[in-house]
Amino acid sequence: MNTTERAREIAATVTDPELPMLTLEDLGVLRDVRTDASGRVIVAVTPTYSGCPAVATMRDDLVHRLQASGFPDVSVQLELSPAWTTDWITDRGRQALREHGISAPGPAPRGPLPVTMSPTRRQLSCPRCGSHDTTSISEFGSTACKALYRCQACLEPFEHLKEI
Amino acid sequence: MSPAVTNTEANPVRHEDHQSVYDGLLVNDAHWAFGTDFEDPLAGVDTTIPEGLDPHDLALYCLMLGDDALVLSHRLSEWCSNAPDLEEDIALANIALDLLGQARLLLARAAAADPSVVPALPPGSPVPAEDAFAFFRSAGDFRNVRLVEAPNGDFAETITRLLLFSSHRLEIFRRLAQHPDAVLAAVAAKGVKELAYHRDFAARWFVTLAQGTDVSRQRTQAALARAWPLKDELTQGHDVEIRVGVDPATTQVDLTTVLTQVLSAAALDAPKAPVLAGVNGLVGRDGMHTEALSLLLAEMQVVAREHPMGTW
Repeated sequence: MNTTERAREIAATVTDPELPMLTLEDLGVLRDVRTDASGRVIVAVTPTYSGCPAVATMRDDLVHRLQASGFPDVSVQLELSPAWTTDWITDRGRQALREHGISAPGPAPRGPLPVTMSPTRRQLSCPRCGSHDTTSISEFGSTACKALYRCQACLEPFEHLKEI
Repeated sequence: MSPAVTNTEANPVRHEDHQSVYDGLLVNDAHWAFGTDFEDPLAGVDTTIPEGLDPHDLALYCLMLGDDALVLSHRLSEWCSNAPDLEEDIALANIALDLLGQARLLLARAAAADPSVVPALPPGSPVPAEDAFAFFRSAGDFRNVRLVEAPNGDFAETITRLLLFSSHRLEIFRRLAQHPDAVLAAVAAKGVKELAYHRDFAARWFVTLAQGTDVSRQRTQAALARAWPLKDELTQGHDVEIRVGVDPATTQVDLTTVLTQVLSAAALDAPKAPVLAGVNGLVGRDGMHTEALSLLLAEMQVVAREHPMGTW
């Protein structure tokens, strides 16, 4: 395995500080890992939301993890375009979300965005009991990326990662 | 947080990485004690200005869009722990956070485009440019529209303002996503997705309140009457906006379509109130504000100004 591959493998193990069941790779935030002639590791990440407060932690975690693995010179760069979308979450990531009680996002909306004045309709299943009988509590949850739902069958609340 | 704190099955903690759980806190140098983060929000982003764009104009344009977001973000965050229920409290805080994120990127973009617009601070100051804009400018240097600085009022007023603001900003950002400046275009493309959630949130509540009880309908009607005279400042278009950005006049038809849809679902008529006049023709985009902005800034800036060299 060459140096770049090794650096990529290490960066891919770093997890999201707010969704620790997901690696940055599974979340789709980790866009590129490369090395330059001097051996410096350059990691490109795309933030999930403009105001995502986890970006600083992600950067620190990437730097620390790579430094601890023998890459002293690490630079984390932001890639703003194309904008992050939940479509980039891997199948493994979706599985991990469900296993941790978080409903995985459906396909992100594309094209024109009409104003909607009724609650967003989503076909969700409760990550705990599997029932499709769910009701939306709020489009905003504990973090910017999640909506709050409740299962009408088992009555448990759960979080849904919003399509964006 | 250091990586050693994160312990998952796929990624077990390796305790030998750290001597103590506090080590991670001591890795970086001392940072300025205020502001949102300690790193350039445009780290690694190419901020070269495309040919044909005037750097000073571009900086002023970014300040206009950035200040709108910063000031409204502050107003929305005033609802923290005061909203009608926990879900709305969290929703408003989340919207404030999105806008703060947009503000950071835009203020950083302004500083990178034309460093001469960043307020001068004493040599050795630890304050990053985006925070110098936020905490060390006086009201007359802010370029936001007056709509965003008005006090929150009741929940209906906050929702009504958010509806007008997010509907307008969504139309601007949708077009701005094609801007020749790649940074501005990227910020806008991201912002469109966030603003769509903000606008839907506001539109739903607007209709719910307007079609709710007699009291909620009356309050929504009053809120609309108060906000409406400030709406046109969004669409008037300052010279700088027209020269380097999206001329707000081009969004008028789409904006009116959206607002008409919401007003019709709410069974409310658009008020006929005249536009709030400027002072000698000067409005928020020119740095002419209502006293509400000075009071807001006094609270937002006081600690940073008291301890401009504060680090931790």
